[in-house]
Amino acid sequence: MAVTGLIMIAFLLMHMYGNLKMFLGPEAFDHYAHWLKGTTEDGGILYPILPAGWFIWIFRFALVLSVILHIWAAASLSAGTLKNRGDKYVTSRKKAQTYSSRTMRWGGIIIAAFLIFHLIQFTIVPGSVSGGDADEPHTLVLAAFSLWWMVLLYAVCMVLICMHIRHGFWSAFVTLGGNTSGRSARILNVLAIIVAVVLFVGFMIMPLAVLFGVGI
Amino acid sequence: MKLKLRIWRQAGPEVAGRMVEYDLDGVSEDMSFLEMLDLLNENLTNRNEEPVAFDHDCREGICGMCGVVINGVAHGAPEGVRTTTCQLHMRSFADGATVDIEPWRAGAFPVIKDLAVDRTSFDRIIQAGGFISSNTGSAPDAHATPAPKREADEAFDNATCIGCGACVAACPNSSAMLFTAAKITHLAMLPQGQPERYRRVKSMVAQHDEEGFGNCTNIGECAAVCPKGIPLESISKLNRDLIAAMFKADGK
Repeated sequence: MAVTGLIMIAFLLMHMYGNLKMFLGPEAFDHYAHWLKGTTEDGGILYPILPAGWFIWIFRFALVLSVILHIWAAASLSAGTLKNRGDKYVTSRKKAQTYSSRTMRWGGIIIAAFLIFHLIQFTIVPGSVSGGDADEPHTLVLAAFSLWWMVLLYAVCMVLICMHIRHGFWSAFVTLGGNTSGRSARILNVLAIIVAVVLFVGFMIMPLAVLFGVGI
Repeated sequence: MKLKLRIWRQAGPEVAGRMVEYDLDGVSEDMSFLEMLDLLNENLTNRNEEPVAFDHDCREGICGMCGVVINGVAHGAPEGVRTTTCQLHMRSFADGATVDIEPWRAGAFPVIKDLAVDRTSFDRIIQAGGFISSNTGSAPDAHATPAPKREADEAFDNATCIGCGACVAACPNSSAMLFTAAKITHLAMLPQGQPERYRRVKSMVAQHDEEGFGNCTNIGECAAVCPKGIPLESISKLNRDLIAAMFKADGK
């Protein structure tokens, strides 16, 4: 869980950075999208190490594998835990747990549903939900985020994802043996908050700019 | 002082339990929590009612036998205090307060009666590897095997675990990872623990899972209620050894 989770966090940071290309204009954004897919004239990313167009499929395979392994690990570990968990206390008081740590399971399920929706909207059947032309990816983005409810939906889902990451980032490093002292616990928690906030701001700034017509 | 107690009463392992209310008068603030329960039991016996069953032994905070969930907190320590139930005193409660008392709740800790739970699953985790194998004989000289100071301190901090089970009781996953981690770190930090180090971590974690304890999600409730202050870091130490053990042929 820890390893696949960290892979996905690394991907999200890159994804967020790539989205900000929208601020450099539609050509820059479209070129970046085509370059990742290997359909630009120079053969795209990692050409000629890989034949043009191969990178995207290797990348997708690795990510899907991460998602599947992450869900499989979560499901099998949770199944064992929930089966043998004690009865609920009549009175219980929380001393250390955060809202994020308590909502990892349900949060994860909602995020998986959002992920499917997001992939259908922009990758599997581009433009199917909110319109736009798949050959010019920036039009997909503009069409989607000029709808206020779509921006709201993404904002809510990003809150869930960033909460999941807040606890997940910390938890991954604890699992991998990184929490060796009280000081490292503080550092890991602060880093987790920074990563979560950076992801939320970095992902939401572009849709908001599209919605209000500022800068794009 | 006067208290209103709400206590979990359960006649046996297979019987359904419920919270029962008792009014208790004449509690002194100098009494320990267990002495308060003794007073209640005396009253119950005089009234010809079944006394409340609860575990206790040394009443000095070092044996790990006592432990109940008090007002939703394992051992019921007030904020910023670490204590076992026996060392909790009635001055921590206000006169006229309502006090909820429940047993540890975890699949691997079935209730035997009232507030007493079966914690032999902890014994089996210890049996799986919480020991060192050495020939007995006359005691070795104290300085025969040097132990580095930092590691020795860490081993000692973890060795203070009394196995009371509060970590399991407080864990939303009913995981015993903090207990297991304390035992593993205790032995892994000392020279005497090295020969079986990686075999030990594998078998103890396997036994932990087999007993039906949940999986750790690093929430931290365990370390917050531990009467001995075993830190959450011990779990990372266990994970380090477990990862290292994956590359060793030792153990199951």
